Amino acid sequence: MSVVATGSDASSLRSASSKRRGDATFKAITLLAGALVFVLLGAIAVFLVVKAIPALQADKSSFWTTQIWDPDGSVHFGIAALAFGTLLTSFLALAMAVPVALGVSLYVTQYAPRRVATYLGYATDMLAAVPSVVYGLWGVFFLLPHLIGTQVFLSKYFGWIPLFADKNNLVSSYSKSVFGASVVLAIMILPIIAAISREIFRQVDPAQREAALALGATRWEMIRTAVLPPSWPGVTSAIMLGFGRALGETIAVALVIGNVYKIDWHTLIPGGHTIAANIANRFGEAGATGRSALIASGLVLFVITLAVNLAARYVIYRSGADERSAV
Amino acid sequence: MSALTATGLRTGALPRWALPSAALGAVGLTVLLFALTGFQGTVDFIIVAAILAVAAVSITSWAVEGRRRAKDRLATSAALCFLVLTLTPLAFVIGYTIKLGLDRFNLNFLTHSMAGVGPLSSNGGVYHAIVGTLEQVLIASAMAVPLGLLVAIYVTEYASGILATAIRFLIDVMTGIPSIVAGLFVLAFWVLALGQGFSGFAGGMALAILELPIVVRSAEEMIKLVPASLREASYALGVAKWKTILRIVLPTAASGITTGIMLAVARVIGETAPVLLVVGNNDFIQPNPLKGAQASLPVFVFQGAGSSSQFDVQRAWAAALTLVLIVAILYVSARVLTRRNALDGR
Repeated sequence: MSVVATGSDASSLRSASSKRRGDATFKAITLLAGALVFVLLGAIAVFLVVKAIPALQADKSSFWTTQIWDPDGSVHFGIAALAFGTLLTSFLALAMAVPVALGVSLYVTQYAPRRVATYLGYATDMLAAVPSVVYGLWGVFFLLPHLIGTQVFLSKYFGWIPLFADKNNLVSSYSKSVFGASVVLAIMILPIIAAISREIFRQVDPAQREAALALGATRWEMIRTAVLPPSWPGVTSAIMLGFGRALGETIAVALVIGNVYKIDWHTLIPGGHTIAANIANRFGEAGATGRSALIASGLVLFVITLAVNLAARYVIYRSGADERSAV
Repeated sequence: MSALTATGLRTGALPRWALPSAALGAVGLTVLLFALTGFQGTVDFIIVAAILAVAAVSITSWAVEGRRRAKDRLATSAALCFLVLTLTPLAFVIGYTIKLGLDRFNLNFLTHSMAGVGPLSSNGGVYHAIVGTLEQVLIASAMAVPLGLLVAIYVTEYASGILATAIRFLIDVMTGIPSIVAGLFVLAFWVLALGQGFSGFAGGMALAILELPIVVRSAEEMIKLVPASLREASYALGVAKWKTILRIVLPTAASGITTGIMLAVARVIGETAPVLLVVGNNDFIQPNPLKGAQASLPVFVFQGAGSSSQFDVQRAWAAALTLVLIVAILYVSARVLTRRNALDGR
């Protein structure tokens, strides 16, 4: 050490300045990379807008209220039925996935023994690892045929709910419907919601839980009073992130939905369509206007998912919880 | 008050066999119900039996142990049912893919392309699709990994205050961008605005957009885990900050970062939508990712799933099995690597 300390002043000065230059250069490079993230998101928005404009100008009917999609032929097309279908399938998927996902994460964090819990966590995460096209293939050849019984049951006993009504007796055979798509979506977003809420439940202060148990609470009362209240912001964010994923899911839905351009509340009968699935299914045949029209619909999807994600992240950032390791 | 303590202390206790037999009784009731009425179907049977079993357990408990215990039992058994409900589709997806995939999955399938194979032929394979998928993912990683590491370094080592928060926030938001939007962006930018054709490279760009945020976040987590004492020791020896980062911080976090990259690759390798939009499909082996449409495993499965030919469907299942196997290999190696990672105690 002393050798270095007594070394010539000139060389140590030079090394100090080259050290500073090296630092400045490296910092600039990383800053550039960081800035590229802004540029990239901006570029996505700009290019989608620019390439959507030609179709929006050519559209002979209102883009927001038209239910048909014929950009290359009669040039009448609109996003009404697609946006409706996207929201309907995603909300139904949420309705099915949220209770199950929360139940699983509660079981894994509050009930299961620690060793088992780790493996159960892996298993639910594996659901997220399966590629969406495999879900689509499985949906077409396994799930839809096996759902017929359930659909008949729902229409028979719950047909008085408009969602499950079946006036023309269409549900008793194999059909691609909103309901089937929602079930596939529910299975796909379940692991996301479960993984995030698991992390959230895990962050609850153990002292709070132990205090509740020490006061004589049953396990469920402990969960209700000590675990759930501080977790709500995180769980809300998890649900919204799952919702965002459902909105944008493409391939699996493209394979199991009915490709019908119509606003229809009846989820069991053949029909339904979503923005993303429409892009995948119509892209191959699309001409110049067709592609531009699909980009316009993609822009709408981008804006909706961006809004949902921004809101979800805002909730979690404000609550100060850390769910980042989960997704 | 006296009533309260009385119910609190003098609630009956159920013998150990009571709840299992209540559940069993519910299953028996379901069998009867299905035999006598029009109910049918395995899935329906399981669901009805589960609901009745939960109800039977709760009611038994309510009658003997009181309301609070009954609620607790209800919550416990409902959580357990939800767990089973989650694991069931997993088992069915994996099991069905293996079962149907094995029909056509063999060495011949992995080493042949679809060149000259029509929909009515049972021959052909996915060699061309494997080549395409690997190239596209490699291109995506070549872009996303260095860029992602730099962003992670900037956010953890240099940026402070609002800029760091803003970049972190945007990266988080980027993870929520639907894959089809990434595909549409590359379509609008690369194919339509710049006039480039379909290519594996374009697909690589779209996948890079999806891979980038995953890489950034995992690298960020790993860099944060590097002990400050290592950095301080390096600074004390007069080493520049940038050299400390490259020589000390990154090597220490290397295995964790590699794990993150492998998980990111596993995540994007099955992405179908962007590849469908900007790479297209090809029956032939197309080793050049810069020139023309290229095959890929996900699109191969997608096309097969929509085909009316049973042979296409069989090939789609075998290709799906191939894809799942690749993803599984990536996940397992990532796990093995995590276990060896000294930094990550989890």
